Amino acid sequence: MSEALIFRGARLLGGDGADILVRDGVIAEIGSHLSSAGARVVDADGLVALPGLVDLHTHLREPGYEASETVLTGTRAAAAGGFTAVFAMPNTSPVADSAGVVEQELALGEAAGYATVQPIGAVTVGQKGERLAELGAMASSRAKVRVFSDDGFCVWDPLIMRRALEYVKAFGGVVAQHAQDPRLTEGAQMNEGAVSAELGLTGWPAVAEESIIARDVLLAEHVGSRLHVCHLSTAGSVDLIRWAKKRGIAVTAEVTPHHLLLTDELVRGYDARFKVNPPLRREEDVLAVREGLADGTIDIVATDHAPHPRESKACEWPAAANGMVGLESALRVVHEAMVETGLLEWTDVARVLSAAPARIGSLAGHGTPLAVGQPAELTLYDAEARGTFTEADLRGRSVNSPYVGRALPGQVRWTVHRGYATLADGALVEEPGA
Amino acid sequence: MRHLLDTRGLSRAQALRILDVAEDMADTQSREVKKLPTLRGKTVVNLFFEDSTRTRISFEAAAKRLSADVINFAAKGSSVSKGESLKDTAQTLEAMGADAVVVRHSASGAPRTLATSGWISAGVVNAGDGTHEHPTQALLDAFTIRKRRFGADSRSRGLDGVRVVIVGDVLHSRVARSNLWLLSTLGAEVTLVTPPTLIPQDVRAWPARVLYDLDEALAEGPEAVMMLRIQLERMNAAFFPSEREYSRRWGLDSARVEMLPGDSLVMHPGPMNRGLEISADAADSPRSTVLEQVANGVSVRMAVLYLLLTGERMDDEMGEKR
Repeated sequence: MSEALIFRGARLLGGDGADILVRDGVIAEIGSHLSSAGARVVDADGLVALPGLVDLHTHLREPGYEASETVLTGTRAAAAGGFTAVFAMPNTSPVADSAGVVEQELALGEAAGYATVQPIGAVTVGQKGERLAELGAMASSRAKVRVFSDDGFCVWDPLIMRRALEYVKAFGGVVAQHAQDPRLTEGAQMNEGAVSAELGLTGWPAVAEESIIARDVLLAEHVGSRLHVCHLSTAGSVDLIRWAKKRGIAVTAEVTPHHLLLTDELVRGYDARFKVNPPLRREEDVLAVREGLADGTIDIVATDHAPHPRESKACEWPAAANGMVGLESALRVVHEAMVETGLLEWTDVARVLSAAPARIGSLAGHGTPLAVGQPAELTLYDAEARGTFTEADLRGRSVNSPYVGRALPGQVRWTVHRGYATLADGALVEEPGA
Repeated sequence: MRHLLDTRGLSRAQALRILDVAEDMADTQSREVKKLPTLRGKTVVNLFFEDSTRTRISFEAAAKRLSADVINFAAKGSSVSKGESLKDTAQTLEAMGADAVVVRHSASGAPRTLATSGWISAGVVNAGDGTHEHPTQALLDAFTIRKRRFGADSRSRGLDGVRVVIVGDVLHSRVARSNLWLLSTLGAEVTLVTPPTLIPQDVRAWPARVLYDLDEALAEGPEAVMMLRIQLERMNAAFFPSEREYSRRWGLDSARVEMLPGDSLVMHPGPMNRGLEISADAADSPRSTVLEQVANGVSVRMAVLYLLLTGERMDDEMGEKR
């Protein structure tokens, strides 16, 4: 039984102010001076109303790595960042490569109640890249898996990749590739370029990403299947996707918030918070991925939220783990990198952070426009706020954020999932919907 | 000087100050009693995560000749997954009251992490980190070139216009990086001669010229030729086809030494692979500075420890650059 909520004076994506009434899990009314009878009234004057955000690339770490994150803590982080659905990557322990594990993940998400958790299945058994996992069983399971990825590892063997692309056509699936040639990145520590030359850290060359993307778009074309490219990070990759789309190849691509904002110059202090895979790139890459996102070459922003315990980052750079948490900061970073720069309007933000990821992941009930009768999945964002991002802004179990100590625009004020608030005026709701 | 982490961040004035103090230290080393009371009561820890007997005993001799107490700490296993972490080790040393930590580590950047993490209040001296820097090696190399060129008249002089050719595996060499920055800060003109596979992919920002042809570089008659050690494990990674081919193209053999002007120096940080990157007669010729480099290393490290541990005098004079 969900309470009725009325958001007074929210800014719709057209720019108009309106009241939004949420009742019984749907958007019941949108208009001015709506009657508040029986509803909790929220002053939302000037807050940007967005459809609930959808993250196609989240690491929830459960089962297996609960010291870093659990489904509960990770979805609390999601709610704090304005997300109402997250796709959970399969690199757990055990790996989500079977119907049993993906159903467990789904159940954990339902129990937590903060966001829809849609499991992603592994492409190969144990993510070892050797033989296909039971993709059909995962697709037919209660988790209805449609996105398959060995994320963290590249499906490097071209024949396995071809078979995976072909096989998922049977149930409308998509293969989400972590594009990284393993041989070209042996021991890689950071972007290969002027900074790695100086710091004496082994380089991760752009070509290791681009060569896999080039191969995969051609494979997708050849077998007539759908490819999704995870966390694209280089200017050359943007060019390749642009070329492939022009050719009519069914490829979609994502970029992370950190690749939209941060560069490899940050590695100079050897602070392992900035260690991530793919690595932070050069300024010209940042500008190219922004441009690619603005012109639609890149379809979505996905966080690659990757929690790690403190000791995995409080060490010498080469020993540190790759990854950054990103759910709590994603919208604010996109605001700074794309909206403040005039590259995207809020309507576009709704597309790249909600509608398009839901569509790519075939996730029903999310990413729909804010309209009467649609599911009540929404986010209210104060675009006028500005503040220093601190560890207190992080609501998951880990604090490995590259933004701690950095000023960011905006503040997520409300998140509504299935008609009930999961974040209320900036505070997480305990036992949402109870 | 709070720490010595790299030569990239040293100003010319700071570098000259270290070299000039090293001259003073060298003078004391010709006396019958070499030991000075300067650092009595101070504790210097040699924290070596990677074996390097030469560098360790050089720092040990330097600290002892300044009357500091020396603790040698050979730590094995550098990552959190294998044994004691850098953080735990640092906090242990802090609890023991270390005043300076001389750290050698296989991970690039480990000394900076140690110095900036807040785990430890001691001054940190980088004694070689991964493939990043080895600042005291570069300082002793610069000291050696200066001494050979200017003798007793070395103090306060830079290396303006001195042409130095550095030959070999620049990609994996912390010695090359530290020399590159320091020598160019001191006014020298640096040429790097390497196989194209053994130089970082983008060095356009480096203050150096890159050549692939050693004979071309030697024909210009440089004042110093610095040979880098080839790590034999690079062979397996296919950076070059064979030892023989490497030696032919980039080795300093007798014929090449004869091309050099009579007063050109031949340098090597040691240990040498005789017959691979340097021939025995080149290594043992009068123009070779290999043993002087070892002796000067003690003086330079005495200067660094002195400046690090006798307060902020250097910072007061020149301002902390970092």
